[in-house]
Amino acid sequence: MKVHEYQAKEILAQHGVAVQRGIVADTVEEAVQAAETMAADGVTQFVVKAQIHAGGRGKGGGVKFTPSIDGVRPNAEEILGMTLVTPQTGPEGQLVQKVLVTAAEDIAHEYYVGVTLDRAKGMDVIMASTEGGVEIEEVAAATPEKIVKVHVDPSIGLRPYQVNEIASALGFEGQALKEAKKFIAALYRAYRQSDATTAEINPLVRTEDGRVVALDAKIELDENALFRHPDLAEMRDVAEEEPLEVEASKHNLNYIKLDGNVGCMVNGAGLAMGTMDLIKLAGGEPANFLDVGGTASPQTVEAGFRIIQSDPNVKAILVNIFGGIVRCDRVAKGVVEAASNMDLTVPLIVRLQGTNAEEGMQILKESGLPIESAIRLQEAADKVTAALNA
Amino acid sequence: MSILVNKDTRLVVQGITGKEGSFHAQQMMDYGTAVVAGVTPGKGGQEHLGVPVRNTVREAVEQDGANTSVIFVPPPFAADAVLEAADAGIELVICITEGIPVQDMIPVKPYLDKKGVRMIGPNCPGVLTPGDNVKVGIMPTMIFSPGNVGVVSRSGTLTYEAVDQLTRAGLGQSTAVGIGGDPIIGTQFLDAIQLFNEDPETEAIVMIGEIGGSAEEAAAAYVKEHVDKPVFGFIAGRTAPPGRRMGHAGAIVSGGEGTAEAKLEAMRDAGITTVINLAELGDTVKAHFESVA
Repeated sequence: MKVHEYQAKEILAQHGVAVQRGIVADTVEEAVQAAETMAADGVTQFVVKAQIHAGGRGKGGGVKFTPSIDGVRPNAEEILGMTLVTPQTGPEGQLVQKVLVTAAEDIAHEYYVGVTLDRAKGMDVIMASTEGGVEIEEVAAATPEKIVKVHVDPSIGLRPYQVNEIASALGFEGQALKEAKKFIAALYRAYRQSDATTAEINPLVRTEDGRVVALDAKIELDENALFRHPDLAEMRDVAEEEPLEVEASKHNLNYIKLDGNVGCMVNGAGLAMGTMDLIKLAGGEPANFLDVGGTASPQTVEAGFRIIQSDPNVKAILVNIFGGIVRCDRVAKGVVEAASNMDLTVPLIVRLQGTNAEEGMQILKESGLPIESAIRLQEAADKVTAALNA
Repeated sequence: MSILVNKDTRLVVQGITGKEGSFHAQQMMDYGTAVVAGVTPGKGGQEHLGVPVRNTVREAVEQDGANTSVIFVPPPFAADAVLEAADAGIELVICITEGIPVQDMIPVKPYLDKKGVRMIGPNCPGVLTPGDNVKVGIMPTMIFSPGNVGVVSRSGTLTYEAVDQLTRAGLGQSTAVGIGGDPIIGTQFLDAIQLFNEDPETEAIVMIGEIGGSAEEAAAAYVKEHVDKPVFGFIAGRTAPPGRRMGHAGAIVSGGEGTAEAKLEAMRDAGITTVINLAELGDTVKAHFESVA
């Protein structure tokens, strides 16, 4: 689960990570008040930052500096309510509904430090670089020697010597070295204790007056662990998610909207991906990923149809169910019930295979509904091609 | 012969009195698996589905001779259940549970390695050896037939699709292994392929991968060096966009790593026959057997 920058900074601050001072605001008035509150503590220069889940906000005009408090209002007016397009939002952009007003720092140097899981080794890895403020993937590709990696052995945890190795490799000295070590240790603690899958600080800065603080922060949380973090679960911002995906999650459907013309409903994540690939080979483009899981009841099937069909690009729907524990005759009944309850406006192709597949086919045939059925996968693909060319 | 599970498998079902555990324990027994006990803390001394329920896995090992465990306990308790099985002397732990927090699993793998215990999964459909009528997990049995093709896959229903196509093409299976769709799993493609390579009964290997991580690439490198048996490979998710998690926690292309194209390229380089159209998997393997016959 993604969280906003200001939420990531709240999580980090709770675990003792030094983050740049900031106050989140929903309105221009709140943004101005936030700046006044900070000005009372001596802050004179500000940055107003759009809060959306996608990165690359600065490139799209979502981050604005002002050398005096008078600039906060026009900056907030400009950013709040704008549709921000960044390299990560796609061309449609994302509506900005919150801004973070922060104290601008005098930056001596920008660094990168991030924590994530190294899947191949099965342990956490801390990555750091003296090249902050740019995409770490770019640094990794161009100058991999500038990235220091330290793995955390689960039997001993992150050790002080490792923290020292990272901070020293980044060239910190004197008081800044002490602060950097404290920062890195606290960052890893925050990552672990919040069950994050990624915690990335880019940039981490050393200020002209020698402090070490996070200027930006990105945290992604393990959805499987939210049961033990009710406070973090509340940070979910559905306004940032695709509305159809939010609707699908209410029905326990795992749905991801894509840009194609053939909708699909499948049981199992692997087969769902395989079905998307098959649609492409059949001459279409997948309009979605949709895993209905192990039940495929009439209610979930109907919810799935409605969600798929509400995408106007969809020209055909392919249902691909491999019945194991779930029996195909039950799925067929679900499909028939769902299809009779609603107005299906596009061709429906249903492929049922596995337990009671023949009975399932029979139910589809006898329903009198315009459903194309298939048992073998290639048959289903051919029927998708035919539907698209009709 | 086969791999992992066979006639000597004596199974304990952790979470046997739960809805899932109970249903699948019965299914496994019906197929022929020797289920010798179940474990539900606090329900020891009862009998369920005709087998004794124990409070601990250690009791099931000592009193019922269990050597293999299958886990159906809910996600918050699943990592602990795996460790308990390993500590009790179980040799093979098959964890079906989906949705275990990643941080819970990180310390599990090295502990099992130290104990010499193998884990399959988590978030997997289990293991099935049709020649011995032994299934440990949730796979539908009627699609299987005994034979000489080893199947290894990250995904449940894709395993079924592959097995079904093989059976329809007249090709039976030695063993099918679902290794699981999570970022951290106990047995990787490489490990399963090594076992199939060493199994005299397995004459060909089918590996069904998907986007995310680099386990398929590691397996391909192993195949290139060590495997002379024919290997067939499919990768699901060629059309998945980067940065989005496709259902399985592990199925995500990020930072340019884990793309289907990179995996297919590594497989081709290793001499693995890659299958692009999922519908042609069974026929591709069949064509190979016909060409060598």
